[in-house]
This record gives sequence, C-alpha cells and structure tokens, in this order.
Amino acid sequence: MGRATDILRARFADLFLDAHEQHGDETVVFRPEGIVAIATFLRSDAELQFNVLMDVTAVDYPGRSPRFEVVYHFYSLPRRARLRVKLPVPEDQPAVDSLTPLWKSANWYEREVWDMFGIRFQGHPNLKRILMYESFEGHPLRKDYPIKKRQPLIGPMN
Amino acid sequence: MADDMSQDPELERRDDPAAAPAEDDVDARRMVINIGPSHPAMHGIIRIVTELEGETVRQADIEIGYLHRAFEKSAEHVGWNGVMPYTDRLNYVSPLINNFGYCMAVEKLMGIHPPERAEYIRTIMAELSRVGDHLTCVGASAMELNAFTAFLYFMAARELVYELVEDVTGARITVAYGRVGGVRADLPEGFVPKALGFFKTIRQNIAEVHGLLTRNRIFFDRMRDTGAISAADALDYGIMGPFLRGTGVAHDLRKAEPYHMYSRMEFDVPTGTQGDNYDRYLVRMEEMEQSLRICEQCFKQMEPGAHQSAIPPEYIDADQMVDGAKHARTEMLIDREARLSPNLEGQEHRHKRRVIADDKAAAMPSLGKTYSNIESMMNHFMLVMNCHGIRPPAGEAYAAVEGANGELGFYVVSDGSGYPYRVRVHPPCFPILASLEQVLVGGMVADIIATFGSVNMIGGELDR
Repeated sequence: MGRATDILRARFADLFLDAHEQHGDETVVFRPEGIVAIATFLRSDAELQFNVLMDVTAVDYPGRSPRFEVVYHFYSLPRRARLRVKLPVPEDQPAVDSLTPLWKSANWYEREVWDMFGIRFQGHPNLKRILMYESFEGHPLRKDYPIKKRQPLIGPMN
Repeated sequence: MADDMSQDPELERRDDPAAAPAEDDVDARRMVINIGPSHPAMHGIIRIVTELEGETVRQADIEIGYLHRAFEKSAEHVGWNGVMPYTDRLNYVSPLINNFGYCMAVEKLMGIHPPERAEYIRTIMAELSRVGDHLTCVGASAMELNAFTAFLYFMAARELVYELVEDVTGARITVAYGRVGGVRADLPEGFVPKALGFFKTIRQNIAEVHGLLTRNRIFFDRMRDTGAISAADALDYGIMGPFLRGTGVAHDLRKAEPYHMYSRMEFDVPTGTQGDNYDRYLVRMEEMEQSLRICEQCFKQMEPGAHQSAIPPEYIDADQMVDGAKHARTEMLIDREARLSPNLEGQEHRHKRRVIADDKAAAMPSLGKTYSNIESMMNHFMLVMNCHGIRPPAGEAYAAVEGANGELGFYVVSDGSGYPYRVRVHPPCFPILASLEQVLVGGMVADIIATFGSVNMIGGELDR
C-alpha cells in the first residue's frame, strides 16, 4: 500500500473502510462523517502535502447499500502525487460535509455533484444547481433517471 | 474656464465621495448589467450578471450550463469506443487532446500500452492541437480588444494547423482519431515535410503578432494588471495550465507526470510573475513555440513510417480478397494489402500494426486481415457488435493529460460490461471559471472582456 494510505489508516482507524491501489491509483475509502477532518489533515500534513483538491464527483450504484459513492481526487503539487478518497453515502440521507471552508475549488464541484446526483453538502454557502436550470426536476446522472426523459426548458427566472 | 467648473457646486458634489448618496443609498448607485449568455465579445455561451458601481465591478455572478449536452450521461449509454466522438466535442478547439486523454484512461483500465509510433503520433497531434488552441485563444482575445489584424494572422496560422490535422485525421474538428491502444491511422505520406513547411509560416505569424501586440501600448495597458490572480488562490481553486503558470508556478503535467513521449522531449515550461492577463498572453505565446519544438523533435526521433519502406506493397481489390479467402486461395493473400478507399489511408496492415497495440480485446484488425481470414473477421465483429465491443475489467482509473487549458482528467469506472459505468471528465476550464468571480470583482467593467479572453473558456468542456 502507498504511503498516504498507511498514514491515513493509522490516523483515522475508526473511519477507515477499505483501500486499494488498482492500476496504480492510490485509493482509500472512509466513512463519510470524517471527510473534513481527513481533508484538513491531508492538506496540512507536512509529509503528504495534498494542496490541491482536483476533483469531486460521485458514482451511483442503485443495487448497493449505501447507494452513492462520493469521489474526491487530491493532488499534491510538491510531491506530484495523487490520492483518491471515496465515501459511501446512503440513499435515504445523501449528505456529506462540505469542503468549501478548506478549498475554494470545492464550491463549484460540490454544486455540480448536488445538481447531477442530489447529494447535499452540509455547510456549502450556495448549494444550487450549476449545469441544469433551477426548475429542472430530478438529478440526471442518477442511474434511475432515464436518458430519454424530456423536461420543458425554462429560461432564467429574473 | 477650468476654474469656473471647479466652482460648480453640482460638479463638486459629484466628485466628492463624501457628498455622494448616503450610506443607505448604496443600492441606488449600483447598476446591474447582464452580460451574455450570447454576447459578441465573449467566445462562449455564459452569463455574467455584474453589479457595477460606476465602472467598477462590485459583484459578478457567473452562470454556466448553457451548453450542457449530457456528455457523461450519454457516455454511459454508448460503448467504450462510442465515447470517442463525444470527447471531440469537449474542447472542440483541441479535440485530439481529449481523444488521447480518454484513450489513456481506458488503456489504464485494460493495461494496454500503445506502440511507440502511436505514442509519437499522439505527441505530435496533441502539440499541434495545443498550438491551434493557443492561436485561437490569443487571436480571439486580441480581436475582442480591437486588434483585428492579430486575429487574422492567427486564424491564417490556425488554418495551417487545421490542414495538417485534416490530412491526418480526415476532419478539422470532429476528428475521432484516438483509439484505445493507439491511433486510428498512420501519418499520411509527405506529412513531415509539409508540417515543417507550415511551421515556418506559423512561426512567422507568431513573430508578426509579437510585433503587433507584445509592446503595443494599448494592448499592454489593457492586459497588464488586469484579471490578476495569485498563485495561492489559483491552487486553491484547483487551476492548472497556462493560467497557473502565469502566476509563476512551473507546473506542467508533461514534465510532472510524463505521458506519451514527453519524457524524451526537450522543452521549456514558460512562467509569468504576476498572474495577470498579460502574463497569460506571454505564456501562451511561448508555449506555442515550445509545442512546435516538440513536434520537430518527434519528427527527428520517430522511425520512418511504412510509406518510406523500400518495397512497395502489392495491392489487390477487397472483393477479390474476400473471394480468395472463401476459396482458401491463401497464396494470393499472403503479403498482399487490400486496396482501400482513400479515406481509409494509413489503415493498411503495414501501417496499422505500428500505430495500434496488438491486442484483440481492444484494437480492430486491419481491413485487409478482416477480408482475408475468419479470425480477424470474428475479431472485427466482436468489437463492433452491440453489447460486445471493448470490455475493460471491472475497476476504476483516473488518467490526466495536459490539455491546452490545464489538467484534463478522465475518471472512468467499469463494471466489466460493454458500456462505461461512469465517465467523469475533469474539465480544465471549470476551476478557472469558478475563480472568475473573484478575478473580476474590483476590476473595471471593460476588463471583463480582456480577462474573459485569457480565461479561454470552452463551453464544450465546461458544460459537458
């Protein structure tokens, strides 16, 4: 296992769920509660130095429980290393703490995940749709949203 | 006369901030200006709702999504290969880079390594696209600042880039040239001398524009100190590419995590110092030169293609080949090439085996083989038939390339079926647009145009 995995596993043992290094991508799976603590640690730790939040996205697994997986990609510019952190999120309460206090980039990424998957980010200052329009119903990247479904296109409200 | 005017109480009040409308009247002084979604000076469909105080931007609300066409959703409903044309439409100014980025992600999932020549071709085509992208960005933003001549020089140069791209891929923009395991076809005959000739003109045009813009007072004044961002903020927003390099951070994925053939290339990573529009302009101008340099090194390093081989192949017509195969006349098939339609140039067996990995799970056999033996024909059908095709093992992978705007990442998840379970694109200009509000606020309304030009927003990848 990679260095970051070992450190995180030791430090957040109670939150740790799984880890793998498929195709060379270091990946850690944690319980969703601790994401802010984990991200704060990743950013501030002198050895890991994950100073860039590269991407936030989600994957929908309708058959699984918990149904969603929120996927973070961290990048360390000084170490040129990457880390993927995944959080399983249940369907009945799809919510994760927001990383906006830590990274400005979290703002738009989290809005997109909310827009596309309907996963809420608690503490986000402006959690509204970003790619779809406000009156759009549903979350299009969920697997149960039919690809051919049509909705009336409604222009800006103001 | 001037003295008289300064005595005018009406004017005096206007110039004196203390005498301006009272605190509670701030809203009355502010004006909301809506820019976009469709505005002639913005190359992209985006809406910026600005709140102005005089000419100073006090608030800017960026609204995106006008070009959303459900790329990620569509990708889940076409085969792994079927995603390729969709990726063309992400960054439609440099589609080849998207192609290769997606290919790299799928190759990572499948553990395929493209042959060396394919990697060289990818490097060349990616760098040509980068030149085209920067030409468009700089040219268009200069035009938006009224420097129309510079725009024409750059469009003339971009036309040459497009001609080269068309020679190789058969299309100018919707190229679909990447293939999992390599590229679609080999470089056409005479490509290298033609490209080298064009590079001369492109360099001349770049030099011409340098003369027109770089030390031009008007251009300088509009670009310098406008749209500035600090390195710390840029990283906070997750910005990569020329936008980050303009702030002085020498980060380039081609150097940091070399892919394709970049580890064998010698090139510089230009950086700025202040992170403003002018620095980004200079970074892009220099990157074009570096890209041309990389192309030239590739031409020198790569082995000559099959076009240069001493023994010309023997061609027979495809229908004769099929008949011969049916009747097991193997002697007429050995070492023969099928005569293909001109738009399949570069896909004959002798070319194809050099530009795509020899992996039956991903790469189509050359057409000559498909016509002449049953195994290749079955292989061909297994790859094109619905519900078959490429089937990467279940798993996930993230691959990133240095797009013209920054890091272009593909996060792909496979469940082992013939369709991608999830294709996530990390578009390079998304974080830049996220930072735009901060960059614009405090500046003048006229600077929005200059800044937006250097942001190089590409609706296709931003809204997907």
